[in-house]
Amino acid sequence: MDSVLLIYKGIYILAIFGISLLIATYSTYFERKIAAFIQDRVGPNRAGPMGLLQPLADAGKLFFKEEFIPAKANKGLFILGPGIAMLVAAMSSAVIPFGDTLIIGETSFDLIAIDVNIGILYIFGVVSLGVYGLMIGGWASNNKFSLLGAIRAASQNISYELAMGLSLIAVLMLSGSLSLKVIAEQQTGFNWNIWYQPLGFLIFLICAFAETNRTPFDLPESEAELIGGYHTEYSSMKLGMYLFAEYINIFVVSAVMSTLYFGAYNFPFMENLRNAFDDPVLGNNVVTIIGVAVMFAKIFAFIFFFMWVRWTLPRFRYDQLMKLGWNILIPLAILNILLTGGGILLYEHFTK
Amino acid sequence: MTESLFFFFASLTLLCAIMVVISKNPVYSVIFLILTFFSISAHYILLNAQFLAAVNIIVYAGAIMVLFLFVLMFINTGKNVESTLKKNVLAKIAGTVAGGLLFIVVVAALKDVALGHPDPATYDSQVGMVENLGKVLFTKYMLPFQLVAVLFLVSMVGAVMIGKRETGEQNF
Repeated sequence: MDSVLLIYKGIYILAIFGISLLIATYSTYFERKIAAFIQDRVGPNRAGPMGLLQPLADAGKLFFKEEFIPAKANKGLFILGPGIAMLVAAMSSAVIPFGDTLIIGETSFDLIAIDVNIGILYIFGVVSLGVYGLMIGGWASNNKFSLLGAIRAASQNISYELAMGLSLIAVLMLSGSLSLKVIAEQQTGFNWNIWYQPLGFLIFLICAFAETNRTPFDLPESEAELIGGYHTEYSSMKLGMYLFAEYINIFVVSAVMSTLYFGAYNFPFMENLRNAFDDPVLGNNVVTIIGVAVMFAKIFAFIFFFMWVRWTLPRFRYDQLMKLGWNILIPLAILNILLTGGGILLYEHFTK
Repeated sequence: MTESLFFFFASLTLLCAIMVVISKNPVYSVIFLILTFFSISAHYILLNAQFLAAVNIIVYAGAIMVLFLFVLMFINTGKNVESTLKKNVLAKIAGTVAGGLLFIVVVAALKDVALGHPDPATYDSQVGMVENLGKVLFTKYMLPFQLVAVLFLVSMVGAVMIGKRETGEQNF
């Protein structure tokens, strides 16, 4: 029994890891296709049908490029930087519930890699470590542009982490638990957190853009002022790792937003569907499988949103970015906490 | 299993902490300090205090150390600072006195520590979980908790006051 569960967990973790890599790979393709669509172009269409093999061609190119380390760079840290970025990005999807339980025979399998009771704090901790990859890489390059990019990344991440954490607290006040699994289970059917936390979601979304260094907050790598930002000196697969880590982060943050605000694997009328089957086990499994599909649909919708924004909005100026973070988002997040607390008190007052 | 893990993490913590002190490059010191925080968080997890472990990483490794690294990268040391410090006798004396004082404080604090062994029959393994921690903080330790909050508010106001532009001040 225990060994079955252990093997299952191993396979599941490998599967999630593979899926995040696959989604990150094809995000590069879809990013270019969406950019082309928005700019009225065709986009990549040479490698394979509709350019579908383009990510493989890109990866092959990156692998065979020259591995270049600047002479004055700090070699150890220069190699460590992309490694940290990639490791941290791949770690964070472990606590996300991609689905409910599957029942096979006597055993029920949770579709979550590790169910810790501090799930959301785990993600928060891991994400806050992601900035080390950029900082160490940028500093070790021994290049002023890289250093400026790294410094920008660090200050931006710290500033927006505060507002993100504060907007999260309102969700936690509603759920009363830090476990992502419990938060997902509470949003059955159409009872999603977004209906109770529209302002909190907006703050979280803006902070998510800043945390993943995406336009309009991609100042750490703004090519017009900093060449390539923290990865100016990087070539070959080390550059690839940085770019890849960014796409994995987008995937993870989309999954987190779907879980926290958009009901994770829950979809409307899921209970009706579950009761429509005579066999409860079959009903449970069908609902779970549809739930996984719904979860991934939500994640893809968010990934599309990230790309849509990138090719629509211009970049912020750095002082505007800081002003938005500290002067607008943090007070709004605190207001949101007060409103949520008042709402919960009023609800309890009138229903009990 | 738990015991061998404890000794592994304890030695890792000490090793990283020593490396923080003896590293020549301050950036390496900060990286070793981050590793030290990680191994301390591992201790918290061994004690079944997952919330403390996560918060330790978020606050110390994730935020404060980033600021340390931030400052160090701007200073870009490694060449001159160390040699000037070595020659300065006053700095050596000050360092010795400060270290000795810290040692006295540690000894004084540890003098009266009761190394009691909890009774396995009545010991609640869930005591470090976030729910229990929250309950204790908001009932038994309500006043200290509130006072710490006021302290943080004061330091926040102080930071804002220092960072604020004054009228007539030149800004680049």
